[in-house]
Amino acid sequence: MVSYKFCEKIISRLTTNKAEIVVFGEEPRPAYDRVHLSEFFAGKTAEDLLMAPASWYVENNIRLHLGDPVQQIDRTAKTVHSYKGITESYDYLVMATGSAAFVPPIPGVDKKGVFIYRTIEDLELMRDYAPRAKKGVVIGGGLLGLEAAKALLDLGIANTHVIEFAPRLMPRQIDDSGSRVLENKLSQLGLQIHTNKNTSAILGEDTITGLQFADDSHLDADMLVISAGIKPRDELAKLCGLETGHRGGIVVNEQLQTTDPFIYAIGECALYNGMIYGLVAPGYEMAEVVASHITGTQKSFTGFDMSTKLKLIGVDVASFGDPFVSAEHSRSVVFEDTMKGVYKRISITPDGKHLLGGILIGDADAYNMLLQTARNKVVLPPNPEDVLLGARGGSSADAGPGVLGLPDEAVICSCESISKGAICAAVEAGNETLDAVKKCTKAGTCCGGCVPMVKDLITGTMKAQGKYIRNVICEHFAYSRQELLDLIHLKQIYSFDEALDHYGHGDGCEVCKPVVASILASLWNDLILDKGNDTVQDSNDRFLANIQKGGTYSVVPRIPGGEITPARLLVIAQVAMKYNLYTKITGGQRIDLFGAHLSDLPDIWEELIAAGFESGHAYGKALRTVKSCVGSTWCRFGLHDSVSFAIQIEERYRGLRAPHKLKSAVSGCIRECAEAQSKDFGIIATEKGWNLYVCGNGGSKPQHAILLASDLDSETCIRYIDRFLMFYIKTADPLTRTATWLNKLDGGITYLRNVVVNDSLGIVEDLEKEMQALVDKYKCEWKEVVESPELRKRFNHFVNAPGHKDPSIQFETMREQKKATDWK
Amino acid sequence: MSTTIATENAITWFYACNVQDVPANGGVCVKYGEEQIALFRFARRNEWYASQNECPHRRQMALSRGMTGTQEGEPKIACPFHKKTFSLKDGRCISDPAECAITTYPVRIENDRVYIGVDGASEC
Ligand code: SRM
Ligand SMILES: Cc1cc2nc3c(=O)[nH]c(=O)nc-3n(C[C@H](O)[C@H](O)[C@H](O)COP(=O)(O)OP(=O)(O)OC[C@H]3O[C@@H](n4cnc5c(N)ncnc54)[C@H](O)[C@@H]3O)c2cc1C
Ligand code: SF4
Ligand code: FES
Repeated sequence: MVSYKFCEKIISRLTTNKAEIVVFGEEPRPAYDRVHLSEFFAGKTAEDLLMAPASWYVENNIRLHLGDPVQQIDRTAKTVHSYKGITESYDYLVMATGSAAFVPPIPGVDKKGVFIYRTIEDLELMRDYAPRAKKGVVIGGGLLGLEAAKALLDLGIANTHVIEFAPRLMPRQIDDSGSRVLENKLSQLGLQIHTNKNTSAILGEDTITGLQFADDSHLDADMLVISAGIKPRDELAKLCGLETGHRGGIVVNEQLQTTDPFIYAIGECALYNGMIYGLVAPGYEMAEVVASHITGTQKSFTGFDMSTKLKLIGVDVASFGDPFVSAEHSRSVVFEDTMKGVYKRISITPDGKHLLGGILIGDADAYNMLLQTARNKVVLPPNPEDVLLGARGGSSADAGPGVLGLPDEAVICSCESISKGAICAAVEAGNETLDAVKKCTKAGTCCGGCVPMVKDLITGTMKAQGKYIRNVICEHFAYSRQELLDLIHLKQIYSFDEALDHYGHGDGCEVCKPVVASILASLWNDLILDKGNDTVQDSNDRFLANIQKGGTYSVVPRIPGGEITPARLLVIAQVAMKYNLYTKITGGQRIDLFGAHLSDLPDIWEELIAAGFESGHAYGKALRTVKSCVGSTWCRFGLHDSVSFAIQIEERYRGLRAPHKLKSAVSGCIRECAEAQSKDFGIIATEKGWNLYVCGNGGSKPQHAILLASDLDSETCIRYIDRFLMFYIKTADPLTRTATWLNKLDGGITYLRNVVVNDSLGIVEDLEKEMQALVDKYKCEWKEVVESPELRKRFNHFVNAPGHKDPSIQFETMREQKKATDWK
Repeated sequence: MSTTIATENAITWFYACNVQDVPANGGVCVKYGEEQIALFRFARRNEWYASQNECPHRRQMALSRGMTGTQEGEPKIACPFHKKTFSLKDGRCISDPAECAITTYPVRIENDRVYIGVDGASEC
């Protein structure tokens, strides 16, 4: 890998092709990407893995001798002699012989079924052998060993064990607690981990049958991969008298020169300052230094940090900077979530200003950002834990300056060593897409880990240039949701087809169809099944019910504020019994009836509507429930009647469609029994009126709502909600809840408050009018279906056998009710 | 229930429904003996496609209720459950190369009647 990179770098430096380059390679094919070797098992071919095809070498006048290792170097004559008998002379010789797998001297390593993990040929052998193996073992719980173990799982060996000599996994990268979390995660993937185990023999006649350990235990196995470390390939260097280290490796100086100044060593065979760098990024840096040195510029190699991220295994693991700084020189911040299997630890300087290093397990999304923060000594925010956990709560809390705050020299792509400055310059020169930047700078082309940062830099640079970033919907509409909403409004468009004719091209897809459907519903509030718009709705909206496992649907009648009469409860019970439905009280204070057949839906709703129920819109990106606590009618602390207000609010906004669903709640006092602060808009009674909170969220990323205005009378409160909701509907991206929308809104809550309360944009009158129009147009969509024989026909499973139920639907019984049969 | 109209190259064409029974740019499920076939009408392109109704991902009888669309001009169907998308030309899963492909069937329209072509001699 490193030799190829060297060729690439030296060629780009030689303006006129003055130099003659000859490459000898021992393997039968040109240099390939060993870092992604495991993808061979995921279907990549040897060709896919090549760094460049053989034709590249021809085009660049490089003579390539493959399958022909150099066997001797004559340093006085400055010639090399190959296995096939070729002699070539040199001015400079670069050794990039890499390393071989280190195989410990355990008796029995030569048995059949024992493999190493280094070359494509090794993997071919494993692939051919795996079908007859049932129990796999990997010796070595380091970065490579875990990758090999995952490969065994992928090869279909479900019973795979990892043996580690040290007391923990990845002993060189992570600490004890991290290792425990990792072990847990790996066992969920099906890997069985044994630490503190010293293998003393490999058992079996001529084929492996098991492993014997020093503690007298043993383990059956019919396939073994040894991944116990690497051994630099320094045999040729030794032979010609170059200095090598005790434990292997060709000794080099800062220019990567060996003890012979005309011979360089780079990559995994080079021993710099007592250290072998077993990663590709430092190897590329070495190639850069030698290419400059030979072409007359001075650069030095002064070490490289060994930050790494484990790929492929299905568990995020990363360590960066110096993960093992002692307590005396640092403070640490640890975050652990044993339920989710997340462990994060960072070390910071005692003054809390800089990041020194850290470990991330289970969630390494922040790896690149943290790595850059450590490398570039970026000053940390006042609460350093924010860099681990993100800013929480508050209005303008800022979790560090982000990638745009890094200095220009900050290396963003460490594989290719591309700086932030270079990427920004490329964007400024007009490369405004990821692909263009990749082509122009090579950033993000190797391991891909920096791609999210490159994307942020592209957007950030363009914004800084005053360019408008368009978040286009998909290949069929080159507009953002907000632009499309304005256009559809302006042109008075009422159907998806018209929208496509005017502003799109092609046929649409599952991305743009629901977006346009939601815009149309938010603007006009027509029946969503009209005007051919039924087929552009998500399945739930198309059938006005949530589709479930097995293909049945759920029925959720609206129960405003959670208040229901016993008579209506009885109707729900009767309907559920008649159509054999599972019933459950939901987390939104209402009742869900599950397991309805498609063709029963109109009949079920007919009965519910006759009893005064209406659709609860549990299927739509629409208003869900307005939860309430019991309030002043019964509660001794209640300040106002929260139930009445919740019902009023729910009835005002029922059926309102938005970029994502909307939830609300009203609490009768600050004890907050309705959890209003976890809702998109929440209301809490005060002595003087209502406090209005906005942009809260439960779900996977909970966020508390923020106070928008206090002590409002009911009428003003509703007007603010009108404005707030309409502004959200008109400006949010598709499928963005209010919390996420606010997080991305420039100026945050202060800006929002200015728009909604102080009318800084002069639009509140329009917003209120538009909302009132939607409110006035509300109709229960299930009522419309039930009353239309034409619409009812669409609720059939078979077009040619109306009324026939899907025979593949099956139920089981559980606690006296039915449940869907599990996925097959 | 369905009538076989012609057999050629071991393809049996059976009558599924009438053109207006299928929503424009949407799909319906057709019962063919014990089998379920999803039938799609790409009204904007005036093209028809048919495939197995079962989504191979979680083996749900659902594709007819999915959303039709195209990707660079290639007609596809998105399963309503997890939005895996399948080409209606060759049945391969577009969104996930590791997912199994679906079977597709030819469709013929004659006098506003829709016929689907299935392998082998007539079953019904
Ligand atoms: C039935 C219910 C669970 C229950 O048994 O209690 C439920 C069931 C579903 N939830 Fe929920 N959620 C239910 C309360 C909640 C709550 C609690 C609440 O509202 O008080 C939350 C967290 C609060 C929040 O949303 O902020 C909640 C957060 C979600 C999310 C994540 C939203 C997020 O922003 O992260 C989804 C996924 C989505 O909407 O994209 C979801 C999606 C779903 C869907 C619709 C999944 C789907 O598309 O099929 C489930 C439909 C089941 C069905 O077939 O009817 N459900 N879901 C609750 C119905 C309440 C109601 O009466 O309408
Ligand atoms: C499975 C696997 C996963 C890895 N994952 C990562 C990762 O995620 N991140 C990371 O940074 N690194 C990773 N590595 C390490 C990375 O692949 C190496 O650091 C990198 O390949 C070193 O490059 P090199 O050019 O020094 O050696 P090599 O790529 O090994 O190239 C050396 C070449 O020289 C040949 N050679 C040896 N002696 C002679 C001779 N006498 N004459 C001619 N040719 C000779 C060898 O046959 C070999 O082809 C991984 C390695 C493996 C095996
Ligand atoms: S939490 Fe998940 S599983 Fe439970 S109802 Fe909500 S979406 Fe379904
Ligand atoms: S069942 Fe179709 S995508 Fe999951």
